[in-house]
Amino acid sequence: MHVKNTTQLKQAQKKIVAEQKKFPKKVIVCCGTGCLANGAAKIVDAFKKVLDERKIKDFAVEALCETGCHGFCEQGPLVVIEPRGTFYTKVKPKDVQQIIERSIENDETIEKLLYTDPQNGEKIERYNDVSFFSHQRRIALRNLGKIAAHDINDYIAVDGYQALAKVLKKMTPDEVIESVTKSGLRGRGGGGFSAGRKWRTCRDVESDTHYILCNGDEGDPGAFMDRSIMEGDPHAVLEGMAIGAYAVGASEGFIYVREEYPLAVVNIQKAIESAVEIGLLGDNILGTDFSFNIKISRGAGAFVCGESSALMRSVGGEIGEPRAKYIRSVVKGLHDKPSVLNNVETFVNIPIIINKGADWFAAIGTPKSTGTKAFSLVGKVRNTGLIEVPMGITLREIIYDIGGGIIDNRPFKAVQTGGPSGGCIPESMLDLPVDFDSLTEVGSMMGSGGMIVMDDRTCMVDLARYFLAFLVDESCGKCVPCREGLYQLHAIVSRICDGKGVEEDIEKMEKLSEMVVLGSLCGLGISGPNPLMSTLKYFRNEYEAHIRDKRCPAGVCRELITYEINDKCTGCMACIAVCATNAITGKKKEVHVINQEQCTKCGACYAVCMHDAIEVF
Amino acid sequence: MNHDFSKLPEIIDRYPRSPESLLGILQDIQKEYNYLPCEALKKTAAALDIPLSKVFQISTFYNAFSLNPKGKKVIRICVGTACHIRGSKLIQDQIESQLGIKAGETTEDMEYSIEVVACVGACAMAPVVAVNDKYYGSVKVTNVKKILRSK
Repeated sequence: MHVKNTTQLKQAQKKIVAEQKKFPKKVIVCCGTGCLANGAAKIVDAFKKVLDERKIKDFAVEALCETGCHGFCEQGPLVVIEPRGTFYTKVKPKDVQQIIERSIENDETIEKLLYTDPQNGEKIERYNDVSFFSHQRRIALRNLGKIAAHDINDYIAVDGYQALAKVLKKMTPDEVIESVTKSGLRGRGGGGFSAGRKWRTCRDVESDTHYILCNGDEGDPGAFMDRSIMEGDPHAVLEGMAIGAYAVGASEGFIYVREEYPLAVVNIQKAIESAVEIGLLGDNILGTDFSFNIKISRGAGAFVCGESSALMRSVGGEIGEPRAKYIRSVVKGLHDKPSVLNNVETFVNIPIIINKGADWFAAIGTPKSTGTKAFSLVGKVRNTGLIEVPMGITLREIIYDIGGGIIDNRPFKAVQTGGPSGGCIPESMLDLPVDFDSLTEVGSMMGSGGMIVMDDRTCMVDLARYFLAFLVDESCGKCVPCREGLYQLHAIVSRICDGKGVEEDIEKMEKLSEMVVLGSLCGLGISGPNPLMSTLKYFRNEYEAHIRDKRCPAGVCRELITYEINDKCTGCMACIAVCATNAITGKKKEVHVINQEQCTKCGACYAVCMHDAIEVF
Repeated sequence: MNHDFSKLPEIIDRYPRSPESLLGILQDIQKEYNYLPCEALKKTAAALDIPLSKVFQISTFYNAFSLNPKGKKVIRICVGTACHIRGSKLIQDQIESQLGIKAGETTEDMEYSIEVVACVGACAMAPVVAVNDKYYGSVKVTNVKKILRSK
């Protein structure tokens, strides 16, 4: 198939949709990284095998759809039977036979594979009734879990590349930029800069070459939205980039993908090849004089490469050191040419803005933060996974309605947003609306969308140490405030965690943080002290407990805690088996004892004890 | 260590002869040999006509590259934020004590290497451990042994 103009694209879509309608039922198997880790590939094989064996007449193997991530990874592998929307969780290969016999040949549901609502214990049959999904609004993640990632026909069937056809046929580049500006779309990578304004600036720079780049580096630990989009809906990214290229006048684009995301690289590569093959990328797209090619640039594991100037240097084969930005990269970027760099999630919003209109998009969310935002809701929350919600929703709704509350009903302590550049938000602010400006006001930030929920067993001082250690590792070392400042901050926090903190440390850290913020070259250093400062602001008492009382209230910092065995011990010897230093002694069916001198406080015994017999003091 | 470098010209030929190709070539070499052998770096520098010092600069800047050989099984422990608060340190301790090496090291028999990685993006299943290309989610102290033995 090769589509030469917009009419042919429409015809192709009609043909594909008609073809798909031949199958009254469709089995969707989630093949995102999460479900694959849980064994989704075996489920696909089992379906293929059983379907072949049974030669089911009105149901062909073609209707078995391997999709990208649904977002509900914890319950994987996930299987959905359409059109009913029957939702099966934690499916095993041996269940496949039964699914085919009962749910495909007949319209029965298999009770034991249904999702159980953790709050009331009820079984839920349909996908859309599961509270994790029902409170969401999916725009950027619209196709995830619905279409086969590796099949361009599936994307075309759901209006794929229609937005590109529309801009090429009916809109001037200026009108495209106007529309994106009017939609209010702000960069989803963290900064929240207006996408339309960025495009306008780039277009207005006179140059023989413009570039369009997609940032798929997603270096924030605890975030995987972009990964899931690149894996599950790669064509939407390509379409968004092509529209961007048309708007700013670029004919070459790059997608910078983290090397830790091998499946994303494979799926995007495949998507590029099939788009080129049918003429939706390459020369004279859809019979116009617009030509656009995309190359993949694999990252090599450097967090700082998420920064625009560092990323562009890395694409150019250099080390990823940022430069001082008297001139922004949108004016002088890759190879010193004007370059637009947007995040994956920003690009996938573009086709839908073009198709449905800027006003439609602007009406969602809040006036200053329009649209929706994808988050990875993880940590100590019951339903972890990938979610998308309208801007302006409260943290409470996200954590309790979608997330189902805290694991084991423990008390909520804080939620961390914005990755190593963000901060921790305490319980008193749970009703804070989630948008770019509100989060920044309270000392955190939107970031790329990691949302890590913490309970009373997370130590905030340890968390600050964690982020600082990460940044010390990832600082490129070019400027002194970041390289040395963060290093010293980490040294002080570590000292506090080890019970060697002194009263002046807090003030010292506050002053040093200010200097790092003022003096650093790029965002890594400028926002680096945020996790520390926000925990100092909201959880100062924890720092004081570490310093004054030499006590870790959450029971995490090893130098400040002891593990002891109480009389609930049944003498099962499970803890003895996992203790790496042989610090636990005791006979079978007798209460065990921990030798404190040998104990390294690793917590392995606590993790394996089934009888609540090990306590932390 | 002796290697068969016959594949090297083919790897270099996958890319245009320009300094921009350096990162891609090094990634492919890393993939082929599991580390960057010195000989391969010299040949790359000569092929792209850039100084060897530049090749070393790139090789040591990015986390993906290693100048030391890795074991057959590379155990990557995710220490992203979600994994951290769900106990990745404990899992790391267990793996280190069972293999008798620390993160960043390789066992003498060249069977295992341990690495810690910032985030593999499988946060919903924290804590996560990857053995070569296979991911294990919700890892517990009690199944570390099984993961290390798996093929």
